[in-house]
Amino acid sequence: MEVAHACPTRIGRLMLQRLWKFRGGIHPPGRKELSLSRPLETARLPARLILPVAQHIGAPAEPTVQPGDSVLKGQIIARASGSISAPIHAPTSGRVVEIALHPVPHPSGLNATCIVIEPDGAETWISPRHPIDDFTRLTPKELRQHIRDAGIVGLGGAAFPTFIKLNPGEGKVVETLIINGAECEPYITSDDMLMRHYASQVLQGLLIMRHALQAGRCVIGIEDNKPEAFHSMKAAVEAAGDPQISVVRLPTRYPTGGERQLIKVLTGKEVPSGKRPLEIGVVCHNLSTARAVYNAIALAEPLISRIITVTGEGVAEPRNLEVLFGTPVSDLIAQCGGYREDVTRLILGGPMMGFALHSDAIPVVKAANCVLAARRDELASGNPVLPCIRCGRCSKACPAHLLPQQMYWHSRAKDFDRVQDHNLFECIECGCCSYVCPSNIPLVQYFRFAKNEIWAQEREQHFMEESRRRHDAKQERIDRDKREKEERMRIIKEAALAKKREEAQKAPAGVHSAAPQGNVAQGAPSAESRLRITELEKRRSGTAPPDHEAPAPPDEESS
Amino acid sequence: MEFETATSPHLHSPNSVTRAMGVVLLALVPGIAAYYLIFGWAILIKLALGITTAVVCEAALLAIRRRPLWPFLSDLSALLTAVLLVLSLPPLSPWWLTVVGIAFAIVVAKHLYGGLGYNPFNPAMVGFVVLIISFPVEMTRWMPPQLLLEVTLDFHDTLGIVFLGLMPDGIAVDALTMATPLDTLKTQLDMNRSVGEILQQPVFGNLGGKGWEWVYAAYAAGGLFLLWRKAIAWQIPAGLLVGLLGPAAILHLLYPESSISPLVHLLSGATVLGAFFIATDPVTASTTPRGRLLFGFGVGLITFLIRTWGGFPDGIAFGVLLMNMAAPTIDYYTQPRVFGTGRKVQ
Ligand code: SF4
Ligand code: SF4
Repeated sequence: MEVAHACPTRIGRLMLQRLWKFRGGIHPPGRKELSLSRPLETARLPARLILPVAQHIGAPAEPTVQPGDSVLKGQIIARASGSISAPIHAPTSGRVVEIALHPVPHPSGLNATCIVIEPDGAETWISPRHPIDDFTRLTPKELRQHIRDAGIVGLGGAAFPTFIKLNPGEGKVVETLIINGAECEPYITSDDMLMRHYASQVLQGLLIMRHALQAGRCVIGIEDNKPEAFHSMKAAVEAAGDPQISVVRLPTRYPTGGERQLIKVLTGKEVPSGKRPLEIGVVCHNLSTARAVYNAIALAEPLISRIITVTGEGVAEPRNLEVLFGTPVSDLIAQCGGYREDVTRLILGGPMMGFALHSDAIPVVKAANCVLAARRDELASGNPVLPCIRCGRCSKACPAHLLPQQMYWHSRAKDFDRVQDHNLFECIECGCCSYVCPSNIPLVQYFRFAKNEIWAQEREQHFMEESRRRHDAKQERIDRDKREKEERMRIIKEAALAKKREEAQKAPAGVHSAAPQGNVAQGAPSAESRLRITELEKRRSGTAPPDHEAPAPPDEESS
Repeated sequence: MEFETATSPHLHSPNSVTRAMGVVLLALVPGIAAYYLIFGWAILIKLALGITTAVVCEAALLAIRRRPLWPFLSDLSALLTAVLLVLSLPPLSPWWLTVVGIAFAIVVAKHLYGGLGYNPFNPAMVGFVVLIISFPVEMTRWMPPQLLLEVTLDFHDTLGIVFLGLMPDGIAVDALTMATPLDTLKTQLDMNRSVGEILQQPVFGNLGGKGWEWVYAAYAAGGLFLLWRKAIAWQIPAGLLVGLLGPAAILHLLYPESSISPLVHLLSGATVLGAFFIATDPVTASTTPRGRLLFGFGVGLITFLIRTWGGFPDGIAFGVLLMNMAAPTIDYYTQPRVFGTGRKVQ
């Protein structure tokens, strides 16, 4: 399974990076040439920038501006809320025109809160800004703070706040920092372009990240279908002359750019299921993220733009554009010559994992790296869906080593327990299984369905448990009230009885001489019974701790 | 502008069931050509008959089951079943034998279980077993290769024999039929003759059955083509050959005079066809890598047992069907290790 990868370059020989293979994967046609035939450009400033407050995994940012406010380029317009969150900055100077619900890039097609800015065209930066010349003077913690304030999230697609991934935590040693330049999805060339044009910035970003992580070795992995990018990256690294940094050519295979697959290829280690790569001493960041880190530290520019590939046969002039977040997709398409006839599908992201958009009136966000406008015959195979013939191609292609045909079978039968037995949640939705299936079965769709159903069931269960708990608690309260009332009545009665008896004892009659001793003793302390009543009262109003007879709290009950 | 929505992946490989079946059919072409060159017209006539029967049955059953005709008819699976079964039948056998076998394979073994993808047993082999149990006489009357015949059967002669049972002038039925090499071996070994002696008979060539060697070589070439195209998993043929030839080699070393060598096993009967084309039917075989190895091995071993001690000359069909039964269990216990875990799927 393991292959030594003989790298013909000088630095390659020096480093002699050994490569491993992950099982599964596919070789879809790359179609990268489409968007590489034109030079990188900066996207035009649109009439309005629409900035969703949730452009990252975690809590949405909270707007700090009002409609009517003017903002400067780089100014925070929404601040991070909570520990997993990222602020949003104004991509250009202008005026906030509204904060309202707008369509955003999300598979659900639902609208979300967006801050809408009308640019003034002046591109006035916020000031003062404080570029840092020598990042080594900063502590890792200070670096993370800067990166956090710059709103940087993982630009590989997950959009997880970067400062968290740059914080290994106490006692954790990062042996290897991997920079993911695989870019294995077909069509997408934004990282390719980034390396061709900004290799040294990427390298600087890498150095900053390494410092923040206090990591040792750094490896930049690039698929071998990007020779130009590889060479410019390699030249940058050679110029830096740091023997701890290597650039590695990876065999082209989808999904080599999947974090776990990339780590396997470069280190031979499998990240344990359900654990983070940190567990095996590895941290993996995307190339574009590295550049964003460089921009944030060395240029004091927050994350407000990125390179986006606009491609597909459905667009007249495919190319890469440096785009401000918030720019509507329709503007990008217009700048690329508009749609061709018979364009049918618009995809945000790559053809393997991207999602189809209903309309192009949605803005570009931090996680977006590609807009793919496809013609009908470009993507779909057109073959009808047939029954599974158990050919096993899907399991052969699955990089997670799952048995998609079994999961499909159980998902279809809505036997969600069995699907989970087959490790449904290990599925990374890479789409390899659907891609190879000769029966054209949309396998991943079934797995998403199963996951959603299971989540819904869990929510439902949770909800039911909650209401059961609430109901039980209410019942308990009613019962307790009743018990307390009875007890109070009993005590009062007892007291009255005792009083009567006392009076009777004072009277010279032998009728009640057989009264038991205890009753006599009990009869006396009417003060004590009064005490007990007040205690009960107190307990009802919550001022006294419940005694051991009180019902157990619902948490314990359910455990 | 409204765009169509679909979930990822948006790309699909050019794989299709039609392709998968088509490539197997293509790989059978050299074998069929060799068969024709050595045995004459009969095989082509039988193929035409078998394919027609299969298509008619498939279409009828699809219509009855209210399934769309075209996507299923064009998947070529019925065609493949027909070709594999025809290749397993004696070429000069009467026409109804082929029709009954194929009708049973398509109607009962395939459609009554739910059609493409749902049949637990290999339809061609179900057809074969039904025939060999019901019509043992017709099923064991094989024609010798043309070069062992005194007459050359032309197209018309062959048509007459197959459809009307008409013998050409001056030729008796016995002159046209004989036992297969494996059958001959079996009966004569039972008569306590030594393997060396038996192999001297004209039905045997230098390596296996006379003439058959070429057909098997052509099947093998097709099989290698399938492996090269990754159209079949290597584990099944490998397992089958090990399961059959391994024990055969051991037995042959111990008793060279009363057991046939692995080479004869390899080049007689349905070994090659079975290893590359029959046991590899994806629908009914095991699907996990280790499961396939086991599945193939089981088919080989059962074949060896039946050939050596059983009541039928060849055992591939029984081996395949018996292992079809075991496939779900094998799959269950041979699931691969999930990425990033040391454990298997439960
Ligand atoms: S690839 Fe498709 S047809 Fe083949 S086993 Fe998987 S789901 Fe079934
Ligand atoms: S989508 Fe899931 S099941 Fe399919 S190949 Fe990828 S990881 Fe495996």
